[in-house]
Amino acid sequence: MAMRKNYVVETIRKAQLVELLAKGRRLDGRGLDEHRPIRVQTGVIQKANGSAMVSLGNTQILAGVKVATGTPFPDTPDQGLLVVNAEILPMSSPYAEPGPPSEEAIELARVVDRGVRESKMVDLTKLCLVKAKTVYTVFVDVNVMNVDGNLFDATSYAVVTALRTATMKKYVVKDDKVEATEETVPVPVERFPVSVTLARVGESLIVDPDAEEESAMDMRITITTDEDGNVCASQKGEASGILPQQVLQAADTSLRVGSQIREELMKATS
Amino acid sequence: MEGHRLAPEHKLIDENGKRRDGREWNQLRPIKLEVGLVKNADGSAYIEWGKNKIMAAVYGPKEVHPKHQVLPDRALVRARYHMAPFSVDERKNPAPSRREIEISKVIREALAPAIIVEDYPRTAIEVWVEVLQSDGGSRVAGITAASLALADAGINMRDLVVGCSCGLIDDTVVADLDDTEDKEGDGDMPVAMMPNLNWVTLLQVDGMYSREKFQKAFELALEKGREIYAMQREALTKKFFGGEAMTAQVEEEAA
Repeated sequence: MAMRKNYVVETIRKAQLVELLAKGRRLDGRGLDEHRPIRVQTGVIQKANGSAMVSLGNTQILAGVKVATGTPFPDTPDQGLLVVNAEILPMSSPYAEPGPPSEEAIELARVVDRGVRESKMVDLTKLCLVKAKTVYTVFVDVNVMNVDGNLFDATSYAVVTALRTATMKKYVVKDDKVEATEETVPVPVERFPVSVTLARVGESLIVDPDAEEESAMDMRITITTDEDGNVCASQKGEASGILPQQVLQAADTSLRVGSQIREELMKATS
Repeated sequence: MEGHRLAPEHKLIDENGKRRDGREWNQLRPIKLEVGLVKNADGSAYIEWGKNKIMAAVYGPKEVHPKHQVLPDRALVRARYHMAPFSVDERKNPAPSRREIEISKVIREALAPAIIVEDYPRTAIEVWVEVLQSDGGSRVAGITAASLALADAGINMRDLVVGCSCGLIDDTVVADLDDTEDKEGDGDMPVAMMPNLNWVTLLQVDGMYSREKFQKAFELALEKGREIYAMQREALTKKFFGGEAMTAQVEEEAA
């Protein structure tokens, strides 16, 4: 969440940040492509089918998975539904407000949704019970609990770890009728997308910007990659541009940093 | 639900490498641009790109309402991308969808870098993009028209912004996906840029691209964008200097 505090303070702080970054240093001592510590706790909400509380530095996200059954979209009759939704809670920051989802929250949910969807993380064809009639519906709802920058990556890690640990009731089909059983099965997770966001502050591209760095950034780019080195989703943000060679550089950084993060998240969910 | 991929119903590329409408992999659909059609607006432009028909209009610099949104050192840029209910196969609810809200945001962020906002402190510049008929790639077509509308409004700009989308169909990189290719293909990558400054101002990716194909699609979008940039300049010179014969003369003088 972009924080706009005080014009004068912001301008002075930005100059300071830019100067420091030019020397290859960050305010909190991190390297330019070093992410903040990630903490993952799964299964924190017993009533959800899967859940994860993820911290990325001081950014904290709670994702919960709810699985039910419903009707498929008419144009994809043999696929289950997967929907990611995000809410930036009013408690998460002095700058957040209650009310209908902001433009920011909508973009956040849609970019994370795209990473999960396009990487084919969940095999939607395995969520079909009766073609064109009944499918599993998987809702991943995200609560942003505390904002300290880079909501895109933190949300993505929470969604991915919640889905990886989610289970769902097994249904059986009898004469085209769907019946619930007592048995539970894992949500069919097949792939492992990892989102990495870079911000440009001054001339430097930095991985995982915190709130202070975000308030000084001109441009942001999020790139989601999978375990086979594919690029699955990307989104450039903020009112500035990026040089074509920086886009390719960002893709390489995302692949490299993303594979380290994938290992961390894998450990936390196995 | 938007965003999900359909199983391919059509063969998107035939054995001769031609696409459904006969295009080569790197070929654009026909594009027509016209500047200054909305009389009340400070600037406007209309684009037909394939079956896309999009009107863009600009109002501003004007007073900011509500006043608390005023920026003391620069103009506030607003953009709205909206699809007419009749622009798609199934009637679209006219209320702004989550997709339209996101696209409005990325369009604003694609155009704003080109506007010299510091020249207009405490004002608003409003960009309205109305999709009258949609045929894949409407956000990049909207950006292409909207930047012409901004120029038509006489707003100080660093460059025009031009958009082009590339993507994957049958795992092949192609330029300028139409509606069917977008829905049934394997990925879409809308890109917008300011060609003179070599700045990318919009990049969205979905699909599954190897690192190599990612670069190929991205660079193809930039290359095709430059082709459309020439059409944009022609449309502007046509309005302000009347006709193509003059264009050559203006170019000569500029050189």
